[in-house]
This record gives sequence, structure tokens and C-alpha cells, in this order.
Amino acid sequence: MGFVSRAFKGRPRDEPRDARLPPGQYLVHDFPVLSAGPTPRTSLADWTFSIEGEVDEAKHWSWEELRKLPSETLTRDIHCVTKWSKLDTAWEGVSVDTLLEGVETAADYVMAFCDGGYTTNLPLEDLTGGKAWIAYAYDGQPLESQHGGPARLLVPHLYFWKSAKWVRGLRLMNEDSPGFWETYGYHMYGDPWLEQRYSGD
Amino acid sequence: MRSLDLAVPGWPGHRAGQHVDVRLTADDGYQAQRSYSIASAPSADERLTLTVERLDDGEVSPYLAGELRAGDKLELRGPIGGYFVWDPAAGGPMLLVAGGSGICPLMAMLRLRQMAMSTAPARLLYASRSLEDVIYRDELDRLVSTGSGLEVFLTLTREQPRSWTGLRRRIDSDMLQAVAWPPAQQPLIFVCGPTPLVEATANALVNLGHEPARIKTERFGPTGG
Repeated sequence: MGFVSRAFKGRPRDEPRDARLPPGQYLVHDFPVLSAGPTPRTSLADWTFSIEGEVDEAKHWSWEELRKLPSETLTRDIHCVTKWSKLDTAWEGVSVDTLLEGVETAADYVMAFCDGGYTTNLPLEDLTGGKAWIAYAYDGQPLESQHGGPARLLVPHLYFWKSAKWVRGLRLMNEDSPGFWETYGYHMYGDPWLEQRYSGD
Repeated sequence: MRSLDLAVPGWPGHRAGQHVDVRLTADDGYQAQRSYSIASAPSADERLTLTVERLDDGEVSPYLAGELRAGDKLELRGPIGGYFVWDPAAGGPMLLVAGGSGICPLMAMLRLRQMAMSTAPARLLYASRSLEDVIYRDELDRLVSTGSGLEVFLTLTREQPRSWTGLRRRIDSDMLQAVAWPPAQQPLIFVCGPTPLVEATANALVNLGHEPARIKTERFGPTGG
């Protein structure tokens, strides 16, 4: 808890703060774009999705194959570490549970990897049990490239940098290891409700 | 637009390009926080400068750009980030592309470059709506005049003085081709501004043959409030 900032009032508080807004977040109605480099371009003909690493046998899907898997539509709130939250975002994609069917592994962690070299690490249990998707549509339309299209990881219960744009696969790992932003001091887990923004939170 | 010079006892120092989180607390406990790029070069004197653009629908920036007075205290957290940074050891050539208040972290790099007496060749392409909107105009003129190898290209996108002979349109591929170092020289590229400018610039640079991994981007959107 900080000290009082002289004469700071903030937004009117005539309505109660939305209970779906985690601490330190504010609501937006547009969809801000954040990324560390150029938007990558991979043609769908060359696109693949892989599950590899500490697994008995790696699995790969082409774009066509991924799109033939059963998909789900879902509506979730998303929370960016840069403080904005967006409520009721509508997505379509393949559940990570579906992709992991038949995969034998003793790994506890995952590194998501992407076009452009981006990575982010997560515990495997945060990607299973209906908590994570490979999303290829937003608001009923194919996911725009600046928002991570053709497909991004969607893990809405963690800060949104964990929902890696332009995702190309999941590498299963026995030990946790920092991804891109985690190497630069962002939190290894990133729970918005615990305000785990940076290392040490 | 307002620059805040802050004395931060115990500040561990920062790298040029990093930012801080500023958190404000009202007397009823209500809090709001936002990130701001550090505009000053790293220094050992436990001071830093933030340049804040007032956003009309913002919550933190109107306070920082208006209400805040000398002697007030602020709650800061940082430095944050570590990818969008330049150190003299990284050398050059440097290509810096800014839109509006996106100049702030790039200014930290140019100030550091000057302070460290780096001779890394540097070019800044800076888009503003009008000449009045160019932040740090006098200081940029001074930095150019020291002859250290910095070139500044301003483009005024909405309004130009009658005598203006410089660039007068949004940043595009032709402009980047004319201003940017050729890809063969492998410039270190930093782009900061609103999303449409960053997207257009980064895409054009990739098309011109620059390696994506050398293009670092940072964005200031309308929701930076």
C-alpha cells in the first residue's frame, strides 16, 4: 500500500469497481497491441504446430490438420501486465487438452515457442483441464496477425504475455526455465489476481 | 507534455530504454498505475526524468502533467524491461524511429550516447503532427550540432510551417529507404510510437531487407493513460 498522492482523485467511483477487474488493472474497450518486434509472416502452407521435448513421441499438425480438430468457442476476460484488462473477449480455438491427448510425458513445465523467436514458460497443469487453447479466431473473425494470428496460445487466467502470439508449438520440460519476458524480470508465473507482474511479486 | 525531474533515493540505476511504473493513491485508498519510459540517460545521481503526455481521457497522465508540483512524492517501481535497451557497448549504426511521445525512450538512448561520447553513427526519424509537437526540439538540434555523428529527420504529418522544406507525410517505405542505413550495415533498430506507426515501420523495414531480430519495438497506444 502506497502513501496518499496529494490531490489525486482518480476516476469517479460512483459505480462499484467491476469485481472481474484484478488489482491494479483498468478497463479498456479497444484491443491494444504489444510486441517486442515486427509481426512475423508465415504462410499457412508452411505453418505447423508441434508438441515436443520431454514426450515419448513428438506430434505435429499442419494448419489444415489443426483446423480439422474439434474446436471450442469461449468468452473470457483478459489481463495485460501493462495494466489494461478487457472483459468478455470471444475466441475460437482448439483446447490444449485435445492436442495433448495420447501424449505420454512426465514433464511438469512447458515452453511455448513462436514465430519471431518469442517464448514463454508455464506449468503444464495451467494448460490442461480446460484452461488453455490454441486460438485462431477472435470475435468471429480469423485472428489478425497483429493480435497473434494465424494462431496464438490463449491462457486467460494468467497475464496476457503468457498467451503467446504466433505460437508454433509447446516444448515440454522437466524443469521450469524462463521465457522471453521472464528473462527480463517479469514473473515466472504471472497470476493477475495475485498481481504477479515482476520477479519477486 | 511535461517533463518531470525526479529525485529517487536508492534508485539502482537503469538502462537507456527502460521504463517505470508510477502508482497514485487517493485518500480513500483508490489506486491507479501506469508505465512511463525513462527519458534521461542512466546516471549515478539517483535522479531520472519522465516526459508525460497528457491524455484527455487518462487517469494518471492528467495528474502527472497538471496537478503534480515540485516537492510532491510519487510511488515508483522499476526499472522495468531490458529488451528495448541500448548501451554504448552495442555500438551502431543506430536507427531510431519515433512517433509522438514514442521519442522518450529513444531520447534516453541519444542522451546516453552523447554522455558516453559514443561515436556510433545514429539516425533518428521522428514523426510529429506539427513543429510545435516535436518534443526536445532544441536539445535535438544541440545534439546534432556537436558533430558526434547524429542525424535527425523530422516529418510533420499534419501541419508544417510555411518555410518547411523537410518531410511532411507519415512514415512509409520510401521514407525509410531514404533515411535508414542499408540492411548490409546491420543497424540496430528501435521503433517506438503508436501501434499503426510501429506496425507500418517494422513491416516496411522487414520488406527492405532488415533482419526482424534486429528490429526492436515498443508501443504507445491511446490506452497508455
